[in-house]
Amino acid sequence: MMNKLIFMYFAVVILTSAILTITRRNPVHSILFMLLLFFHIAGVFVLLNAEFLAAVQLIVYAGAILILYLFVVMLLNVDRETSAARGHRFWPWMAVFGILLAVELVLLISRGSFPVAVDQPMLLAGTGVKELGIVLYQNYLAPFEIASVILLVGLVGAVMLAKKNVKE
Amino acid sequence: MIPQSWYVVLSALLFTIGVVGVLSRRNIFIILMSIELMLNAANINLAAFSHYLQSLTGQVFVIFVITVAAAEAAVALAIIILISRNRGTVYADDFNIMKG
Repeated sequence: MMNKLIFMYFAVVILTSAILTITRRNPVHSILFMLLLFFHIAGVFVLLNAEFLAAVQLIVYAGAILILYLFVVMLLNVDRETSAARGHRFWPWMAVFGILLAVELVLLISRGSFPVAVDQPMLLAGTGVKELGIVLYQNYLAPFEIASVILLVGLVGAVMLAKKNVKE
Repeated sequence: MIPQSWYVVLSALLFTIGVVGVLSRRNIFIILMSIELMLNAANINLAAFSHYLQSLTGQVFVIFVITVAAAEAAVALAIIILISRNRGTVYADDFNIMKG
């Protein structure tokens, strides 16, 4: 019962701050609501016995990606945002489409059945982080290396794209 | 205890909010943040199935998704800086020089 109450709190805050994120006029406000959302998603990860993911969520998403967004929004000029239109001219159609999609998904999920319905802690020896590391470095070593190459490409690509061309 | 379908419903609703954000907003920052919302919805789903199926593979995939999201954010923000330097705007419907 207590777990359900905690989950309901996290879910309500996540959905509310997600809606506020996509409706605010000022992008800085959107980013701050996004920060609240990431903190509560980390809480959901803790509920799911994924403590390492909660830490990674806070460090990488809230600490790195969101700060990058905040810096870029503050570097670029967002003064015009107060006067320009928020959505393009089809936004009511898109909102109706979203509500229809949400109703359809919830109906599908509530009519379906999941093979495992019991909620129990992970049946693992030792802490979850150690097991996760063993799985990551033994079974998924090649995808891990590819992920590091993707990060390198992102790093070099961002620098190459954003630097000024000094020759001209 | 919490049924698994609650997590799946939460993730579906979060994904839907992300889709509506991508489709209806003009500001390119909000569009990118909506993409992050959709990635987070997928993360919740992966972590929930990893918990209920007693398998750590889902958590490994969440780590990969976060990696891809970080790389995507870096490159996308560099592209935004470049576009706004060239065109002087951050609105998606002012960028349609390829008439897409």
